Amino acid sequence: MKDYLTGNATVESVPVASSKDVVQARQVVRNLAQRGGLSLVHQTKLVTAASELARNMVVYGGGGVVRAAEVNGPQGVGVFVEFRDDGPGIRDVEQALTDGWSSGRGMGLGLSGAQRLVNEFDIQTGPDGTTVTIVKWNR
Amino acid sequence: MTDRVPVLKIGEILLVSIQIDLEDEMVLDLQEDLSQKIVSAGAKGVVIDISALEIVDSFVGRMLATIASISRMLGAETVVVGMRPAVAMTLVELGLSLQGVRTALNLERGLKLLRRLSTAHSARP
Repeated sequence: MKDYLTGNATVESVPVASSKDVVQARQVVRNLAQRGGLSLVHQTKLVTAASELARNMVVYGGGGVVRAAEVNGPQGVGVFVEFRDDGPGIRDVEQALTDGWSSGRGMGLGLSGAQRLVNEFDIQTGPDGTTVTIVKWNR
Repeated sequence: MTDRVPVLKIGEILLVSIQIDLEDEMVLDLQEDLSQKIVSAGAKGVVIDISALEIVDSFVGRMLATIASISRMLGAETVVVGMRPAVAMTLVELGLSLQGVRTALNLERGLKLLRRLSTAHSARP
């Protein structure tokens, strides 16, 4: 995915280690979405996706950092969010992105569901950690 | 210590009105508090008002389904009321249809539904 963060003045960063931080990350993403003028439905979908992905970081990745920013593209304004953890990585990404597949306590909707709720979705994973990036455009 | 969501008793009904952004621990506490209160209060119905919730993700969605199942086993019906339209659209796209969870548009209709269910229940042979 394009580097939306370099030189972007609106970048906000939230360390996420517990479920309390997940609430904080949701609020930061919601504020950016509101400031960017995203419609209520787009805001709700984006914040829900962010909640799933931030929780995944805590549960599977041992915590990490969420960075979010307002972005502009040909489609107009949007919100970019990056979820980076230093966890053990996802062994089988294809499988993890399948509805209903879960390695832990979830329903197996976190990754696949989050992907459906946003316009752009990218996942990079390896033994040194996982980075998920998403963009929700206001269209 | 995290905050707890209050569980109010009105006659045979327990009312839970979620007014703040939920942490996962609060969700688990609520599940436990509610299960105990259904038994101690002999409740026949539970109404969960989520009109203040801006999002319901898969964790909270699963909690609603679990609470409905637990309370049914304890002899109480659960109705979730006040879901925002954007939340409903998001939940369906997320893949969570909350099967087995009764819903109503607002508190008034939720209470009416519970009354109807309890009448139907007691009329059974």
